[in-house]
Amino acid sequence: MLDFINRIFGRESSSSRNVAKERLRLVLVHDRAGVSPELLESLKADLINVISNYMEIDEDGLDVSLDSSENQVALVANIPVKKMKRKFETESA
Amino acid sequence: MGEVIVITSGKGGVGKTTTSANLGAGLASAGSRVCLIDADIGLRNLDVVMGLENRIVYDLVDVTSGNCSFRKALIKDKRFDKLFLMPAAQTKDKTAVNPAQMEVLCNEIKDDFDYVLIDCPAGIEQGFRNAIAGADQAIVVTTPEVSAVRDADRIIGLLEKEDLREPKLIVNRMRHQMVKHGDMMSIDDIIEILAIDLLGVVPEDELVVVSTNRGEMVVLNNNSKSGQAYRNIVRRIRGEDVPMMSLEDSGLFGKLRRIIGLK
Ligand SMILES: Nc1ncnc2c1ncn2[C@@H]1O[C@H](COP(=O)(O)OP(=O)(O)OP(=O)(O)O)[C@@H](O)[C@H]1O
Ligand SMILES: [Mg+2]
Repeated sequence: MLDFINRIFGRESSSSRNVAKERLRLVLVHDRAGVSPELLESLKADLINVISNYMEIDEDGLDVSLDSSENQVALVANIPVKKMKRKFETESA
Repeated sequence: MGEVIVITSGKGGVGKTTTSANLGAGLASAGSRVCLIDADIGLRNLDVVMGLENRIVYDLVDVTSGNCSFRKALIKDKRFDKLFLMPAAQTKDKTAVNPAQMEVLCNEIKDDFDYVLIDCPAGIEQGFRNAIAGADQAIVVTTPEVSAVRDADRIIGLLEKEDLREPKLIVNRMRHQMVKHGDMMSIDDIIEILAIDLLGVVPEDELVVVSTNRGEMVVLNNNSKSGQAYRNIVRRIRGEDVPMMSLEDSGLFGKLRRIIGLK
């Protein structure tokens, strides 16, 4: 029913207006990340810091990228682990 | 000392030149001293849009290369004695001018005017770099289409890198009927995506084409919606607080939609 109402009122989610908006949102995730590679570099450094509290990782083998499928963009991180720490340190501890 | 405002877009054909001419004429008719600079070297257009094409003797490249003073190259508009145009060179290309020269020129010109408006060429190459070099502020023009908004986003990023922070947005060729039917992105959609301040919305209007055919500016036509939109933008640039024109769908369905909470 709501779907029907939405349709007469021009709000169905498949309207070309909504499709346009969604496509833009996705493409801009890539554009903005591509225009400032510093963003991903800085994210990498922060990730290394956080993860090092829990495990020893291979920093050179670390790979962070954006991966897009049909209707979403995912942040994909491949982080080779060398060793787990027996005792972990958290900020709050 | 005046303000130098660059009018840019990334994507071509979205209305930079039309916007420059109309804001220039609008500001001049409101009493400001205005100089328009056509920075689209090789594709000179602002002169014909303003109906001043028969009066060009010197051009921008003559000035930056030291062939003549900037005052000598300026063309005085026939309608307003406070409106001037610095035409682009038509036979050279954009490498005939560099950003440092543009900065010097803008700094010199702005002493004589309240507003210096620069009509930027499409693209992000040297023509764009030249056009923004001497600017204090930027206006980004887009249309409600995916490609134009995407390019606007890129341009906003580049402007911020060049320290032209907080550019303002003009959405041109808006068709509210289409938005209403779910066939065009709305102003809210675009603002949400680009996250910048809105300076104004200009509707799609045949009178823009009719005026341009005659070398006239629609901003001077009191019976046009687009003219009204440009006049509102002019007042906002001059510091007045003017509410956004309501071309929005306050029709029956729009109201109903708000009542039943679908908006
Ligand atoms: N609001 C409008 N309604 C109808 N037509 C318009 C409107 N704005 C611009 N146009 C038309 O769109 C065309 C392109 O406009 P304009 O030349 O101003 O774009 P531009 O961004 O300067 O292009 P370029 O990138 O080539 O310099 C022109 O024919 C103009 O008359
Ligand atoms: Mg143009």
